[in-house]
Amino acid sequence: MARYLLTRAWQSALTLLLSTIVVFFGVRALPGDPALALAGEDRSPEALEAIRRHYGLDQPLPVQFAQYVERMAQGDFGVSIRTGTPVSSMLTTALPVTVELAVLAILLATALGVGAGVLAAVRRGRPAEWVANGLALIGLSVPHFWLGLLAILYLSVATGLFPASGFVPILENPVDNLHHIVLPAVILGTGLAAIIMRQTRSAMLDSLSSDYVRTAKAKGLRPRAVITQHALRNSLIVVVTVVGLQLGGLISGAVVTEQIFGLPGFGKMTIDAVFQRDYPVIQAVVLLTATAYIVINFFVDLLYSVIDPRIRVTGDPA
Amino acid sequence: MTVLTVPMAETGSADITRRMRVLRRLRRNPLAVVSFVVLALAAVIALLSPWIAPYSVDQTDFARTFAPPGSPGHVLGTDDLGRDVLSRIMLGARASLQVGLLAVATSLVIGVPLGLAAGYFRAWDAVISRFTDLLLAFPFLIMAVGLAAIRGASLGNAAVAIGIAQIPGVIRVVRSDTLRLKSLDFVAAAVVDGASDLWVLARHILPNATSVILVQATVAIPAAILGEAVLSFLGLGIQPPAPSLGTMLATAQQFAARAPWAAVLPGVVIMGLALAFNVFGDALRDALDPKGDRR
Repeated sequence: MARYLLTRAWQSALTLLLSTIVVFFGVRALPGDPALALAGEDRSPEALEAIRRHYGLDQPLPVQFAQYVERMAQGDFGVSIRTGTPVSSMLTTALPVTVELAVLAILLATALGVGAGVLAAVRRGRPAEWVANGLALIGLSVPHFWLGLLAILYLSVATGLFPASGFVPILENPVDNLHHIVLPAVILGTGLAAIIMRQTRSAMLDSLSSDYVRTAKAKGLRPRAVITQHALRNSLIVVVTVVGLQLGGLISGAVVTEQIFGLPGFGKMTIDAVFQRDYPVIQAVVLLTATAYIVINFFVDLLYSVIDPRIRVTGDPA
Repeated sequence: MTVLTVPMAETGSADITRRMRVLRRLRRNPLAVVSFVVLALAAVIALLSPWIAPYSVDQTDFARTFAPPGSPGHVLGTDDLGRDVLSRIMLGARASLQVGLLAVATSLVIGVPLGLAAGYFRAWDAVISRFTDLLLAFPFLIMAVGLAAIRGASLGNAAVAIGIAQIPGVIRVVRSDTLRLKSLDFVAAAVVDGASDLWVLARHILPNATSVILVQATVAIPAAILGEAVLSFLGLGIQPPAPSLGTMLATAQQFAARAPWAAVLPGVVIMGLALAFNVFGDALRDALDPKGDRR
């Protein structure tokens, strides 16, 4: 266990270092002088000189990189070119929105996906399986931003059941907060639900035909007990795997969903930054996403080895 | 010497009967047939769209903006600039397929050799795994954001961003199939026979890995099509006035109050294309499954 933990920690640290190097050089690949990009409105030679000194742009590259890592580790992502506010304070207001959206979406997707997956496996060859399979295929194929668009047009605007855009912080008014975020979370969750459903179904089919389930049936356990106590336990691993693997897709999906529903989160901040050529913000967003991905997947792997002891032995999460 | 040629049976006549069995299974699956016909039709329309589209995609008619579907001369109506929606959908679908193929080609060209190397050479496995982890850390949208910041937004950059994001998936399936094939007798026999690593990879492993690569490509294309729609919708992909289903939806969102129907059709077309690929991919996977008609 300790060895597995250490290996994974070392691998994650290496990936983190590599992605920081990629972002560092990506920033240098931006068109034009980085000082010019960081300067924003004030482009006087004195201002540019000050920026070069502050960001160490006059230093050799390895020194620049070391300073860069130090700044990023301290949460100093620079100042937004457009608004003049520190990027870190923009992040502290935007991130909670996205995290809430993502967590709600994962919860919804898990409930829906596992339920439908189990149903499809247990009711194999019956209409329930067909419906569940069909819905999952559609869930994989539908552009979710389009679903969001239709939901706004035909649910929010037409009936007024849900607000079409905007956001209320959860601490300000939890009910209003939920009212604003439930529709985006459903839209974001459906795609993930489809993937979880398909994986759960196939894992359930495998375990339902396995020896230990046959044994459980043979010793006279009720079918419900066989499914919940024996077969379903494996789908827990499936959910953890899928969420870990789909995290990137979830982040991409959150960006689009926020854009459509006008949620003031991480995604909206990203897209606005691209169109305003707000390079410090773009850089922070890219680096932070990569870091979040690596750190979360590290914990997903740990969770794995807790759920499934076999992984600790082979050291290879299947 | 002669004994060791036996392993070639794997790519000989046995392969032909296997291919026939796969085709037979596909033909017997109504979903496979329907999705194949849809895809073939879409491909023909996309190829010929510059010639068979009723109007030029840029032909504006400011006297007739937002004509609803069913209007005379414009079966699917017109958009905010009076351009024919049917023509733009045809050309937009063409662009979607273009991005889908370009992205998947990108991911295969880079992913297949890396997957083969990772599965075949133990020493390379760790290095390639770190490369995969690195790629995974940048979700496709973030990759596209970065590329758009550095190189500008375009169809090509969108396809490259999506393609790069799909490389890890290709590496994973090719690597695991290579590991499986490497342990089989016919590969061991070829190695004993003195075949070079490159020869074994090119002649024995790659041909036998084509089926998993094919399945991976069929599920990657619809993902790329959806990715293109998202990027173009956000303004990070195909740039107006070039037709794209994603940008059509962005325009529809802008004018939703005046023309709510405009938000429906482009989405249906995107979904139809993705669905046809996904259904066909499922059928292909089932048909290729050596365990046969178990599922």
